[in-house]
Amino acid sequence: MSALVVDPAEHTCRKEAFFERLRAQLSEGARLVGYYGRPADDSGQVVITAVLSANGKLSVLRTGLSRPHSHRALSAELPAFQIFERELHEQYGLRLHEHPWLKPVRSDAPYPFYSLKGKEVHEVAVGPIHAGVIEPGHFRFMCLGEVVHHLEIQLGYQHRGVEALLLKKDPRALGPLVETIAGDTSVAHAWAYCEALEALAGVTTSFEAQVSRAIGLELERIAMHLASLAGMATDIAFLQGGTTYGRLRTTAINSSMLACGSRFGRGWVRPGGAWAKLESGQQATLRANLKLLKDDLAIINPHLLGARSVQHRLKGIGRVTREQAIELGIVGVAARASGIEVDARADLPGPVHLRYGIRGVIENSGDCWARAVVRIREIDESLRWLEEVLDAFPTCSPDAARVGALKPDTLAVAVCEGWRGEVVHCLETDAAGGLRHYKVQDPSLRNWFALALSLRENEISDFPICNKSFDLSYCGNDL
Amino acid sequence: MFSSLKVRISQGRQYIVDLRKASPAGFRGLPVIRATACEAGCTACLPVCPTGAIALDPVRIDLGRCTFCRECELACPVNKIGFTNGFKMASDTREGLVVREGAGEPSPVKVSQGLKQLFGRSLKLRSVSSGGCNGCELELNAASNVNFDMSRYGIDFVASPRHADAVVISGPLTKHMHEALERAWLGLPDPKFVISFGACAISGGLYADSPELDRGFLGRFTPSLYVPGCPPHPLTFIVGLMDLLGIQG
Ligand code: SF4
Repeated sequence: MSALVVDPAEHTCRKEAFFERLRAQLSEGARLVGYYGRPADDSGQVVITAVLSANGKLSVLRTGLSRPHSHRALSAELPAFQIFERELHEQYGLRLHEHPWLKPVRSDAPYPFYSLKGKEVHEVAVGPIHAGVIEPGHFRFMCLGEVVHHLEIQLGYQHRGVEALLLKKDPRALGPLVETIAGDTSVAHAWAYCEALEALAGVTTSFEAQVSRAIGLELERIAMHLASLAGMATDIAFLQGGTTYGRLRTTAINSSMLACGSRFGRGWVRPGGAWAKLESGQQATLRANLKLLKDDLAIINPHLLGARSVQHRLKGIGRVTREQAIELGIVGVAARASGIEVDARADLPGPVHLRYGIRGVIENSGDCWARAVVRIREIDESLRWLEEVLDAFPTCSPDAARVGALKPDTLAVAVCEGWRGEVVHCLETDAAGGLRHYKVQDPSLRNWFALALSLRENEISDFPICNKSFDLSYCGNDL
Repeated sequence: MFSSLKVRISQGRQYIVDLRKASPAGFRGLPVIRATACEAGCTACLPVCPTGAIALDPVRIDLGRCTFCRECELACPVNKIGFTNGFKMASDTREGLVVREGAGEPSPVKVSQGLKQLFGRSLKLRSVSSGGCNGCELELNAASNVNFDMSRYGIDFVASPRHADAVVISGPLTKHMHEALERAWLGLPDPKFVISFGACAISGGLYADSPELDRGFLGRFTPSLYVPGCPPHPLTFIVGLMDLLGIQG
């Protein structure tokens, strides 16, 4: 967890210099974290912000473009921009020529699907409503026989207008709303929001409050990794895996509930601190729960990974190569399963992760197997980390600091490593210290395209396991 | 083989025997509105509530809007509002979701003789998420897990609307899902009914003011069961259904 707070005017340059610097920094090894627009005071303009990360530091670059602007899409050479440029095109009408695919991100404006030509080619369309209890999205497979040549993903069904709503209320009172942006990663979104807000208000939260948030974040990670593993096991009909990981998830979310009243960490993190309470009684139960998780995972994990049927269904399926993952700017579990070391807890650590480090987990095969193994190993690491931190904090019930007025004309960017990957919140104030713009970025936004790639040359029956192995958020994309 | 047995032994018996008697530790559920008098002219809880769930004189909380965020409890200078771990909050009427001073649990769900006769021994549900953030969807899935094991009462989620008796709606009902929801509903054979799951579905919740919603469906089809929460606890859902269908347990 890390936040950057800047006067954006100091990082603004003319468009030629902006594109030049952006390219230069990327070619020198900076990683693209975000790239978004906001309306300018002059309605004929749009303000573009790029967020970069290099050597453990965040930085921003900004420029203004007149509308309707047209320029050659960065995506033409740098595919990591593809989703960001699609969003800019949709929201601000930028004409980006040579962009390979300006399909809407969220709007329901008609846009033709790709179609595969050939005698024995067929297409399969599923969704938006799917067979299970799951969020909606539309998937179209273009196949030759059983083999998928291309998967086109059409989202936007969940669009609730989150970013507009975030500007309608007191910026200090957005906790409950932020927790539902992608409701299975509430702690990560709430922490990113609070960190950015506190940076704008010049408030430093206590170390204990940061520890509390980090505990909530790891409990959320354990619970959701278990949910993903349960789903993956069920999808390949390895039922003992499904029921056992499912049962252990109950233990994990009930631990969160004990501290903050909600199985989803709602109300754990609030501006200025944390509302969760870990007194000695709760902590004893929490520790017993963590021990149970550790003991029982030591039984189910080798059973799952040792089963020939599981190996057969996961290894080599849904592969995303390291090169593809880097090109596309994939983040989180999916990136780490393709051999990329990207984890905000290690790369952009806040005070807690500086003192109590997280050991990053990397797998290299980029397939469903790697995404399962990354989760299993990350749960182990989270359990180890929690033990270390709980030893140091036998009680953890911090008070919340008061968050007062926000600095005017300031931009704060916070990056929090949620269980899927980096959650990015960019909050910017106006001259009166009110919120002028709120940009939310869930890791799913960037990773959906990786799912599409992973399906290529796989069989259509591998779709459920591939989808579950990414386990992306529809709401987090659709906002 | 041995590792499979070890997993089986570690799994033990997980189901909650009597769901109605469960007591979820730490759960922030059913609010209590205590008899303590409000300070004269105090309105501290109103502006902090993110969904406008509170009304004053007398103090009432509409569980159909409440996100159980606790802001009101912390804002109140006289400690009038508190939360218990009670989960019996479902209602068969929209008005039944309003909690009043000293009232305890909201009026219990009345057994619907009609629904009991039709579905009391077998109820198949089709979930439609329409802007649900995956909080509700995960809790609906959890209702079928080894802990809550809703299937023991013949209640299951099914894949096809054609096989379903009721549609469970989660999320605030987005414009972009409007057509899909209508078509799923048309796919259900008669007799059929609607369940609203979570604050978003019941009232729009935190999204009630968004222009991106189309809640027309719920204007035309009145739910037979409202399940409050953000997200609701699986117990609120299952016990609400059991009450509605007259299932003893
Ligand atoms: S707990 Fe419910 S009633 Fe109280 S402030 Fe939150 S949403 Fe409003």
